[in-house]
Amino acid sequence: MKVKPNNYIALEFLSRSVNEGFARTAAAAFATQLDPTLDELGDIKTAVSEAVTNAIVHAYPDALGKISLRASVFDGNVLEIVVRDWGCGIADVDKAREPLYTTGGEERSGMGFTIMESFMDALIVRSKPGKGTVVTMKRRIAQRSGRK
Amino acid sequence: MEVQTKTIDCTLTVSFRGELDHHAARETVTALERAVDAALPMHLTLDFGGVTFMDSSGIAVVMRAFRRMSALGGRLELINVPAQAKKVFDAAGITARVPMGT
Ligand SMILES: Nc1ncnc2c1ncn2[C@@H]1O[C@H](COP(=O)(O)OP(=O)(O)O)[C@@H](O)[C@H]1O
Ligand SMILES: [Mg+2]
Repeated sequence: MKVKPNNYIALEFLSRSVNEGFARTAAAAFATQLDPTLDELGDIKTAVSEAVTNAIVHAYPDALGKISLRASVFDGNVLEIVVRDWGCGIADVDKAREPLYTTGGEERSGMGFTIMESFMDALIVRSKPGKGTVVTMKRRIAQRSGRK
Repeated sequence: MEVQTKTIDCTLTVSFRGELDHHAARETVTALERAVDAALPMHLTLDFGGVTFMDSSGIAVVMRAFRRMSALGGRLELINVPAQAKKVFDAAGITARVPMGT
């Protein structure tokens, strides 16, 4: 049975690098309804930036393509972010998730998945070569009393 | 991304202002390398005080500066690194390799 979110937003944008800032800012703005701390907001922004940048850089290396971002809120103050592309896909997801692994050369660090994993509570990567990649991240925002 | 440079004695200070992501990385690297090539400094200080956001693209920029300074036999230091960027550097283990001061 699929659990329905209490709220969600869905965005679709072209894989232009100028959209990286837009996507992470939109996700962070949506997350503010969970009353996160500045630190939590920073973590969410960073993880979204990594996932969206991967779709822009790796999924469509020499073309422009479609990227979608869905942010949802579930019971228990859980934020879920899904970034999807219809690009080249990843042949070996386990290998791609290893720290320092990159096919991007000098301009990349190979730390994107490592950061998504450590900044969020859960990271699921599903990919099919030639079909695309779906990155799902979850983060529970603590409910603290007396917080502004 | 705004990049400002200043050379005093053998120290080149490069200050960043804005968001250091993949979109900004290429122009940042170009400006940084141009400044290093012109000054050939013994010390390179990267001032992160004005960086309002950084993701792993910033790690690649810093590692590039690190390798360049190693090749010159010089030293790299980061100063005024905000908490958000510091967390990204920590996750990548950069903090152990590059000194970070205030
Ligand atoms: N959406 C994607 N489509 C295709 N390949 C991807 C995607 N995301 C990641 N990858 C692959 O996984 C590798 C590791 O990604 P990451 O950890 O973010 O490091 P980096 O982006 O610095 O290379 C990439 O170099 C790329 O080969
Ligand atoms: Mg990446």
